[in-house]
Amino acid sequence: MASTVMNRIRLEPSRFALHLAVILIVLVWTLPTAGILVSSLRDKNLIATSGWWTALTTTVRSAQSRTKGPDAQVEQGGKFVISGNLFEGADGPGVVKAFGTRVAKPDEFPPGTVAAYDDGRSLTVNVDGSYVYTSPIKLEGTGQRIFYMTSVPPKFTTENYNTVLFSEGIGRAFVNSLTVTIPATIIPILIAAFAAYALAWMKIPGRGFFIAVIVGLLVVPLQMSLIPLLKLYNATGVLPKTYLGIWLAHTGFGLPFAIYLLRSYIAGLPRDLIESAQVDGANDFKIFRRIVLPLSFPALASFAIFQFLWVWNDLLVAMVFLGTEKEKSVLTYSLNSLLGSRGGNWEILTASAFITIIVPLLVFFSLQRYFVRGLLAGSVKGG
Amino acid sequence: MADIKLTNLNKSYGAVHILKDVNLSVKSGEFIVFVGPSGCGKSTLLRSICGLENISSGVLEIDGAVVNDVPPSKRGIAMVFQSYALYPHMSVYENISFALENQGLDRAIIKQKVEKVADMLQLTPYLTRLPKALSGGQRQRVAIGRAIVRGAKVFLFDEPLSNLDAALRVQTRMEIAKLKRDMPQTTMVYVTHDQVEAMTLADRIVVLQAGRVEQVGTPMELYEKPGNVFVAGFIGSPKMNLISGGPAERAKCKTLGIRPEHLDVETKASAGAIAGVVEYAEVLGSDSFLYVATENGLITARQNGRTTHGNGAKVYLKPQNEHIHRFDDNGQRIA
Repeated sequence: MASTVMNRIRLEPSRFALHLAVILIVLVWTLPTAGILVSSLRDKNLIATSGWWTALTTTVRSAQSRTKGPDAQVEQGGKFVISGNLFEGADGPGVVKAFGTRVAKPDEFPPGTVAAYDDGRSLTVNVDGSYVYTSPIKLEGTGQRIFYMTSVPPKFTTENYNTVLFSEGIGRAFVNSLTVTIPATIIPILIAAFAAYALAWMKIPGRGFFIAVIVGLLVVPLQMSLIPLLKLYNATGVLPKTYLGIWLAHTGFGLPFAIYLLRSYIAGLPRDLIESAQVDGANDFKIFRRIVLPLSFPALASFAIFQFLWVWNDLLVAMVFLGTEKEKSVLTYSLNSLLGSRGGNWEILTASAFITIIVPLLVFFSLQRYFVRGLLAGSVKGG
Repeated sequence: MADIKLTNLNKSYGAVHILKDVNLSVKSGEFIVFVGPSGCGKSTLLRSICGLENISSGVLEIDGAVVNDVPPSKRGIAMVFQSYALYPHMSVYENISFALENQGLDRAIIKQKVEKVADMLQLTPYLTRLPKALSGGQRQRVAIGRAIVRGAKVFLFDEPLSNLDAALRVQTRMEIAKLKRDMPQTTMVYVTHDQVEAMTLADRIVVLQAGRVEQVGTPMELYEKPGNVFVAGFIGSPKMNLISGGPAERAKCKTLGIRPEHLDVETKASAGAIAGVVEYAEVLGSDSFLYVATENGLITARQNGRTTHGNGAKVYLKPQNEHIHRFDDNGQRIA
């Protein structure tokens, strides 16, 4: 009894540290994402004045306005009076929390009270923004400046998404990205699964050599092959700047890893199963299709996630092999050019960014159980 | 309806020589058991017959035809794997029908055959289940069903009972014996390291050691006339006592073999008796085993029922003359 208590106490600090680390990682990962999502849904004026974490609260900000000019003054009992509303001509009615006569102190007077100027003038501003400005002498020049605090209620809008999708070209880029990514994920899986089966289970002369070559290709930098590949493409005449060209490029770049991952998984399938199918009279193609493929689904899904994310987030290969014309540019490129042209418009950037990450998020969460299992299964035999 | 003939069969993996000049002839309808210690090549021999391993040299004939280079599915054989090797993503029905499907048979015929086999093995209620929802014994039956449904002439079993617990093992062993009785025409080759399985199931036993056939014979032949020291020590439980020194010289041989059940345990010295002290007595109820320390080493003796000799008792072990086995300098039996 005493010892178990002791154990628990001894374990406590390390478990606490573990939990803390997990919480930290989760926060570091989710907070910026949440920030982008919230910002992209906020009104563009609000983004400019307050942070996304204040989005749900009513904020109070200082503002200034002017009374109407001297033309609007009315003489009343020997005094000259200008009355009106601070929110005239604004988006809608507002709420005045406080007002003042000097820029340094916009919260000097509560609404409804009378603020007196040194020379006998006075100002009253009510909660609804209506004001009465009184002067003993006739007013001239421009209207008097009024400083006030106003509360702004939370406001969410999908307008930013409308803007980026339909006027900034992100919608088109989204479709382009899908057009590039989906075939560039499926083609290498199809090829790699066949290759992986052959390299794992078929008696081919030089099998070990092929496997070594593929592992070697894993470490070849992509950049090294760009120019030779482009020259090759140009020589064919049909491949440059086409979707077919970029599918092939991504397929080529993805294949070594795909074959490596799938082979180690497929090689880990029980030998008895394959041999049993051989005795049952199945040929290699049938064993592959009926036994190996269904049992390798976790590894296939795992690679699909890797390849999808890599192609979706790729900028370099897309720029080199697909080009930067508007009707073919992918999301990453469009996002990059928006950063240049609309760098100050946070509502545009956050909405575009969120459109860019939503697909990887969906892919990951729908396949993540295979992802984890596939990774484990690849490394731990029979896992 | 198939006999198997192995002539000078050799198998090597690179420099490692696994099977050495194996000669064996299995008659049609016979139940043959390969038995031997682990690593003796018995599984490799079975896999060579199956076609999962290539033969390095020699001739393998099934039903009179040389099948050295014939793929497994064309040899008319069926194999039951140690791990059962059921396809985990297929139902019991699909597992059994897979081979028929590969033969391109008509759906209706497949259904009829599968149902017949399922009925025979009491698997009908489980046809739609996946293997993971079956017990060990049921999985075993599916594996056997898969072999039966193909109508193979030769059945190969690779340690089929080693994954079962003791009780189920006895029951399944009896089921396999019954299966053989129901299919008298089918040749069965069975690999095991368990000599009880070998003794109870086999028409003939092939004892293998280090890739060589040590002896081939009926279970009783091996028990009563082991051809050499290895077979003598391997068949029978507890092991036969192999005594060298004084008692062997008196019997005019290098090694004298005597089974524990053929030793009379006496309390008085007599001619030919070996004196010793009971080191440990195992009482099992139906019989008792005495481990007796003598000047010729530890000797095991069996007594019926409960033993009268406790630990530390001085006893004299007298071999029954008609049951003495004598072996020469090379370990071969002296007739």
